[in-house]
Amino acid sequence: MEPVLISPASFKLFGFIPTVLFSILIPLAGVGLFTYIMATRVAPLVKANPDFRFDRPKERIINVLKIWLAQYRHPRYMMAGVLHIIIFFGFLILSVRSTELVIAGISSGFHMPGLGGALGDIYYFFKDYAATAVFFAVIIAAIRRGIFRPDRYIYPKSYGHDHTNEAVFVCLVIATLMVSESLYEAALVAAEIQAGHEATFLAPATLAWFFKNILLDATPEKLQTLHIISYYVHDFTFFFFLCFLPMGKHFHVITSLFNVFFMRLDRGNVRPVRYGVSDEELDDLESFGVKKFEDFTWKDILDFYTCADCGRCSDQCPANTVKRPLSPRFISIKGRDYAFNHFPLMGNFVAQEPLIGEGGIYSEDEIWSCTTCGACEQECPIGIEYINKIVDLRRGMVDEGNVPQTLQKPLSSLEKRGNPYGKMEKKRADWTKELEDCEVKILDKKTTAETLYFVDSVSSFDERMQEVARATSKILCATGVDFGILGKAEKDSGNEVKRFGEEMLYQSLKDHNSKAILKSGVKNIVTADPHAFNALKNEYTDMPPVEHISQVITKGVSSGKLKLKGVTEEEQAKVYTYHDPCYLGRHNGVYEDPRDAIDAISGIKRVEMLKNRDRSFCCSGGGLMLFYEPEEEERMGVVRVKQARKAGANVIVTACPFCLVNMEDAIKVAGLEGKMEAIDLGELVAAHIEK
Amino acid sequence: MAEIFAYIKHADGVADDSALELFVAAKKIAADATVTAVVTGSGADMDKICTEMAAVYNAVWKIDNAALAYPNAEVVRKALVNTLPADSIVLLPHDTFGMDLGPGLSIKMDSSFAADIVGIEGTDGGALKVIRQEFSGQVSTHVTCDIAAGAVLNIRPGVFQYDDSKAGGDVADKSGDAGDLSVKRTFLEVVEAEAGDVDITKSEVLVSVGRGIEDEDNVEIVFDLAEAMGADVSCSRPIVDAKWMEKSRQVGTSGQTVKPKVYMAMGISGSFQHMGGIKGNPFIVAVNKNTKAPIFQVADVGIEADILEFIPELQEAIEGL
Amino acid sequence: MEILVCVKRVPDTSENEIEINSDGNDIERDDLVYSVNEWDNYAVEEAIQIVDKVGGSVTVVTVGDDESEEVLRREMAMGANNGLLLTDDAFEGSDGKGIATILKGAVEKGNYDLIMTGAQADEGAAQVGGMLAAMMDYPYASLVNLIEAGDGKLKVGREIEGGNQEMNEIELPCVLSIQTGINEPRYVGIRGIRKVASVEIPELGAGDLGVDAAAIGEDAAKVKRVDYFMPDMGEGAEMLEGSTEEIIAKLIEYLKAKGGLK
Repeated sequence: MEPVLISPASFKLFGFIPTVLFSILIPLAGVGLFTYIMATRVAPLVKANPDFRFDRPKERIINVLKIWLAQYRHPRYMMAGVLHIIIFFGFLILSVRSTELVIAGISSGFHMPGLGGALGDIYYFFKDYAATAVFFAVIIAAIRRGIFRPDRYIYPKSYGHDHTNEAVFVCLVIATLMVSESLYEAALVAAEIQAGHEATFLAPATLAWFFKNILLDATPEKLQTLHIISYYVHDFTFFFFLCFLPMGKHFHVITSLFNVFFMRLDRGNVRPVRYGVSDEELDDLESFGVKKFEDFTWKDILDFYTCADCGRCSDQCPANTVKRPLSPRFISIKGRDYAFNHFPLMGNFVAQEPLIGEGGIYSEDEIWSCTTCGACEQECPIGIEYINKIVDLRRGMVDEGNVPQTLQKPLSSLEKRGNPYGKMEKKRADWTKELEDCEVKILDKKTTAETLYFVDSVSSFDERMQEVARATSKILCATGVDFGILGKAEKDSGNEVKRFGEEMLYQSLKDHNSKAILKSGVKNIVTADPHAFNALKNEYTDMPPVEHISQVITKGVSSGKLKLKGVTEEEQAKVYTYHDPCYLGRHNGVYEDPRDAIDAISGIKRVEMLKNRDRSFCCSGGGLMLFYEPEEEERMGVVRVKQARKAGANVIVTACPFCLVNMEDAIKVAGLEGKMEAIDLGELVAAHIEK
Repeated sequence: MAEIFAYIKHADGVADDSALELFVAAKKIAADATVTAVVTGSGADMDKICTEMAAVYNAVWKIDNAALAYPNAEVVRKALVNTLPADSIVLLPHDTFGMDLGPGLSIKMDSSFAADIVGIEGTDGGALKVIRQEFSGQVSTHVTCDIAAGAVLNIRPGVFQYDDSKAGGDVADKSGDAGDLSVKRTFLEVVEAEAGDVDITKSEVLVSVGRGIEDEDNVEIVFDLAEAMGADVSCSRPIVDAKWMEKSRQVGTSGQTVKPKVYMAMGISGSFQHMGGIKGNPFIVAVNKNTKAPIFQVADVGIEADILEFIPELQEAIEGL
Repeated sequence: MEILVCVKRVPDTSENEIEINSDGNDIERDDLVYSVNEWDNYAVEEAIQIVDKVGGSVTVVTVGDDESEEVLRREMAMGANNGLLLTDDAFEGSDGKGIATILKGAVEKGNYDLIMTGAQADEGAAQVGGMLAAMMDYPYASLVNLIEAGDGKLKVGREIEGGNQEMNEIELPCVLSIQTGINEPRYVGIRGIRKVASVEIPELGAGDLGVDAAAIGEDAAKVKRVDYFMPDMGEGAEMLEGSTEEIIAKLIEYLKAKGGLK
């Protein structure tokens, strides 16, 4: 049967120019240009530092299936997420149709293999709905982004340029694709119906079906023209879009699959200074960290390319919330723009200037403002990482001696005394002196124990936090754990030292503690400090198993070794809420034990804050972060206390000494003394031990 | 006993507090010593200062020279070396001027030098026994200083309070002995600290306020008290965090390090971060509701009170003096 | 510009109470850690910044024993080009003048345009820089918190009372003592020190320096520390009791005595 309309493969413009020429030239030019652009884009990745991302393929494929294909993280932002899911799946479905159309421009009536028969009918049925859904999704998305502008797209000009125009433009490009594809088909079907042929089935209420109904009365000439024009509009737009993708935030359409495949698999750790260089060989490295662009690893640059400017990271970022000069997505976007400018499509690659400081793209304060809470990475729907980059930028600054003055003293105290306060080593166990009814052994050659309680610096030296150490000891005593501490042999765990980029100091603290722990012969380790917990569990090697005190409590309660009294009359009036410490929750997945431990006190009233578990809001950070003086409009702790109050709570239970410091301070700063209080989980539980 | 000379620091026609303190210190070295005030400078103010000093000191030496109009330590040194007899004992205040002058003067006079003296125990033969402090005032030491061939002794300002004792004497004009005063360091100007910008690191008395102030509106009472006392206002970190005071007023490891004589800790608990910013072993007065606040461990005098009630009463009492 | 910075290794006593040993002739040093004198660190940073601007080299020198080498290395890790350790048994017990005499030997062996010291060190005397300058007949400025390099001279700011700054022009060669806050010293980590761990640091004794042994050491010292003792600090605060009026009266007495009222 002869088709009622001449196909683009056979049509002759003005009666003598075969349009098939365009069908060949447009894809050729498009693919050629795209290849050239991609080659330029790949160049910085090749020049960048190594990154080790080919291990554990199974887990990586699972990530791709879950995070990339199933769009698992998207519905966390419901409106934007659902729109994206529609567009994403629409694209997946329509990619087949678009390819088919390109070839059909050369060879009339071409069908992708397998789509000639019944399977094809099913596919075409769904792809019409897909195109329609995508069309409406991009229109809504364009209106949302262009007119309503969600708050998270508002940011200071100094951070970079606005992406709204680009976003809206791309929505329109996609809409054009959907419309032209539908018109192309609708014109054909309308002509078929006019000619009384057996018309191709168009799924009802789709764009194509709608256009077909409009076009039923059009003249055959008009339908022929529309058929050809819409084909080439689609063809051109398709290849234009392909080449436009690597020019901006829609690069993610191409890179996200790879970025998710290569995303970090473990949390709570920081990547090595240089992949392939062991800790012992670090001294041989000429330079540490990221100082110029090529010091980034290829995965970092892939991250930059992949950022879609969706703003989820910055929306969750506590530093951004309190108006510190840090917005994670601009770490990516500024990195991407740097790559585009310095590795231009035309002309030579440009000389590398320093990334930080005058003339650079990042400011010092921006890089020090991060608390490494991990909220950004938890949220990113396409596996972009920030902590590694921040730490590597800090390593670069530390290597250049560029460290804020307020941090230098604690760092030098850590080097000399093993604690950031410069207190004498011999006083590290002084907190035990005020402890009654509970013996804390100090482990040495003669004194051994089953379990090591790793106290860490803040709980050892800060008078208020010593209460946490004493409460922890009481719980261990009550649970019948045979435990001891390292006393003066313990040094700071170094969790923050590593994250502040002072790798060699971290290494020396780790080596010292590792030796002391292994020498003590303990079988397991308990700590009440999530930062120490994280370091011992994820950063130290060959350590005995490590548990957080909340886990000891829940086990003790369920085994019956730890008996807890119910709430007192006074406590009955209180409403408790649990604040997830970043290094217990997000970085280590311990969300339920602390809640179970609180709930083990019978009669206790506990509510959840809106931001809980993996969306917990950082208290402003621990360790060295206490010494850093950021510029901010409000303290993170104050924001958090207000969140707790909004949830109807009047007692914030934390499970981290730093959280407790910050919460107690924040309550005072917020002027909520007497109305709100903060307590450590250990203190709460210790106060309810049934003797 | 060699002759004792005290260098009189003055500016704008007003003698520095140290001018008479040095007289007290000199009499501690030897009660019967002849103590001569040395006044250098230029112009009309000279006679006024000399007359004032003549009322107290055994004698006054006036060295009037245009080159001495501003006390450039390098010029003053030359004037003193040219004028003073060998083996003199020269007393200077241990301030930014005395620190500039003293060490070099002792070399040029070929005599001993002892800095920042906070106590004088007397002489034993050719040696003078004095008290100094080391390690930012954490430890005191007894030091012997051989004064047989003269000495330059820098005395800490404020330690030897003037006690109205007087000897009285005449003014002698030694301007002619000053000799060649050409030096390789030229004084240009004094750049005044920006107005309104209080530098608490220089303050001798600080009224420091912490969380006990409770509300921004209450901050005013602290400034009122400070004004009555002639003190400056500083604070602890929470006050800065709350933006009730500017950062330049914050005392602590993350703020300013201060070295006052008297530190009034009002409603400050005294965390080590805060105390880390207080050096020089000041006299600390702590006022706090919570008697268990660590500030009471380090304070010299403690008062259990609510600062919101206590401060206005104290202010009233001081104003009534 | 060739710059010599004189540095000292001192115990870090800021965060911990100092105790005096049983003989009373020294502080208890067993539990102390040492570092470079804070003021000296600012001086070295300033020297490095000057050399970065106008060229030249920075040499750090200290008088001490083998252990003092660590502070030289730390300052070299900051960016000082050379280290110089002046060590000799004959140096022991020197007073400020003795130390200045030893340093003079080192200055004369080099060809320095500018010599810097910290404004003061652990003993709080603030004396060596001024003595060295006078011995060399170089001009001297103390408590310097601003340096602008010029041709054959420097413009320097001195920190004086009241937060004011005294501006001077000073001819080279000269000696300056540096006040804290003049700059923001860069951080030196373990890594930086390891990088300069194998750099040779020349050691010079009294003979090498041509210093007269009679002018240095304990015998030559005219100023000697006899003993250490704790300033009277008392045990915790004396709590003022009584009615508010009584408390305020007592407090005012104290404030008057301690110079707290003007």
